[in-house]
Amino acid sequence: MIVIQNLSKQFRHKNQVYQALDKVSLDIAEGDIVGIIGRSGAGKSTLIRCVNMLERPDEGAVMIHGRNLATCTPKQLADERKKIGMIFQHFNLLSSRTVFDNVALPLELDKTDKATIHRKVTALLEVVGLQNKADEYPRSLSGGQKQRVAIARALANDPHLLLCDEATSALDPETTQSILQLLRDINRRLNITILLITHEMHVVKSICNHVAVIDQGKLVAQGTLETLLKESQHPVIQQFIHTQAMSLPPDIYNTLQPEYTPGLHPLVEIELEGNVAFDSLVNTFHSQYHLPYKLIKADIEYLGSTNFGRVLLHLQGTDDSNRNALLYLNSHHIKNTIRGYA
Amino acid sequence: MPDTTLSLLLKGLGETVFMTFVSGFFGFALGLPAGIFLYLTRKGQLLEHVLYNRILSVTINIFRSIPFIILIVWMIPFTRILVGTSIGMAAALVPLSIGAAPFIARLVENSLLEVPGGLVETARAMGATPVQIVTKVLLPEALPSLINAAAITLIALVGYSAMGGAVGAGGLGQIGYQYGYVGYDAFIMNSVLVLLVALVFAIQATGDRLSRKFNHR
Ligand SMILES: Nc1ncnc2c1ncn2[C@@H]1O[C@H](COP(=O)(O)OP(=O)(O)OP(=O)(O)O)[C@@H](O)[C@H]1O
Ligand SMILES: [Mg+2]
Repeated sequence: MIVIQNLSKQFRHKNQVYQALDKVSLDIAEGDIVGIIGRSGAGKSTLIRCVNMLERPDEGAVMIHGRNLATCTPKQLADERKKIGMIFQHFNLLSSRTVFDNVALPLELDKTDKATIHRKVTALLEVVGLQNKADEYPRSLSGGQKQRVAIARALANDPHLLLCDEATSALDPETTQSILQLLRDINRRLNITILLITHEMHVVKSICNHVAVIDQGKLVAQGTLETLLKESQHPVIQQFIHTQAMSLPPDIYNTLQPEYTPGLHPLVEIELEGNVAFDSLVNTFHSQYHLPYKLIKADIEYLGSTNFGRVLLHLQGTDDSNRNALLYLNSHHIKNTIRGYA
Repeated sequence: MPDTTLSLLLKGLGETVFMTFVSGFFGFALGLPAGIFLYLTRKGQLLEHVLYNRILSVTINIFRSIPFIILIVWMIPFTRILVGTSIGMAAALVPLSIGAAPFIARLVENSLLEVPGGLVETARAMGATPVQIVTKVLLPEALPSLINAAAITLIALVGYSAMGGAVGAGGLGQIGYQYGYVGYDAFIMNSVLVLLVALVFAIQATGDRLSRKFNHR
């Protein structure tokens, strides 16, 4: 169990004081994967860096197995840090060391004997699937491979907690998925708690069981993703779900008219915010309004029992049924915009 | 070319090489720790300490601003205490080492500053001690740059040692001074010059090669 209590941190720059963290409290259960989200500059990195005291909080405590890291002696802190792995956006591998020696570094720092180092590093490289790269230098690896080395290195001291500061932000979508898969495996097999910062919805969706939302240094919401999406109206969460307005396919864009003229049908963009499921909406259109439509584009996620995302529908009913359908949307607080008529 | 001239030149070359490398060694023995200390006590670094940093920095600046020829003369009493004499090669090593050390300290500081800060942070997150951070992260990562710094220093020391030759330190500098200033011998003068240039080129080329060899960035 990791307990973050009332963590505060100010940065002083010239004469200005900046409150990067403001009384943040967060409990993290063993074996949990917690995602921290928030706008740029919200204090996410500061929070995660306070967990292992890379950044000294001004106030508050970080209790790990009952010990407060904020009041540890340097020696105790070093020992606690050895049990907390950390990975970074830019990997931070030593260019002077081979893959093998990079992974061996934490063990060397702990004065582990050569034979044990060899055994452990070999096993770790196997876990991350890089056994054949052991003697290469990081320079010759791809981004995804570098992050795998960093993960192996972070696991070398058998940590109970893994801190990830935007570990996948520098990677392409496919590599991101494979790294996330690896993190999930590690979490399951070794029961390592993971605290990760991300900007991406799909990262949270694919591996986190809990989410903490930070805004302007404050923890503004926490819980499972579903409950947050359903219950929290906080703009950060709203922003996090909603992608920007959908781009239109070129052939529709070219024929689209801004004003209604008889014979044209409305093109409506509907935002699904968890208050209605896509299939029930479509059912209503069909059974209640006998409304034919064309699905132009959809970008929706399935979470819990509802949908989040956007769909672009070209309504093709009579003027009346089109109008009634739009009224239905408005009366049920389903956000929608008419993008034009075609 | 008579044998005596050849052996004179070779002896001079040997002395110059000896003075350069030995004073380079002592210069590094002083300058490397000083440079590391300078780096570590900087603002925002591992052992940030404004006062210590300022004291060391000012000391280094003072020594760096003394012209070498003045340093030799100024240090004569100290040199006498240390090696018993103020003339000859052994005596020249003292001001050469002292003159090189602050220069090296600055070069080392610069090399360490080039190491990405994220690496130090990563090591801290692993629970590394400051000594471990220096020996396992900073120095190995800065090695190619430190080798370049060594080459620059040694080349500067070739020049300094030649200057020392003018005050009886031996080496190619003294030969050049004697056979050029006191009765001009064109052959010896030019040979001295060629040897000095060759030495500098050799140091630079070796430095470049080693630096590249250890650079895995
Ligand atoms: N060492 C520092 N000195 C001064 N200010 C800092 C320092 N580190 C962070 N800050 C400030 O604290 C605030 C929070 O920074 P932090 O890095 O935690 O943000 P973040 O949520 O991680 O943002 P991003 O998503 O862009 O990484 C920012 O306004 C930043 O400018
Ligand atoms: Mg950040």
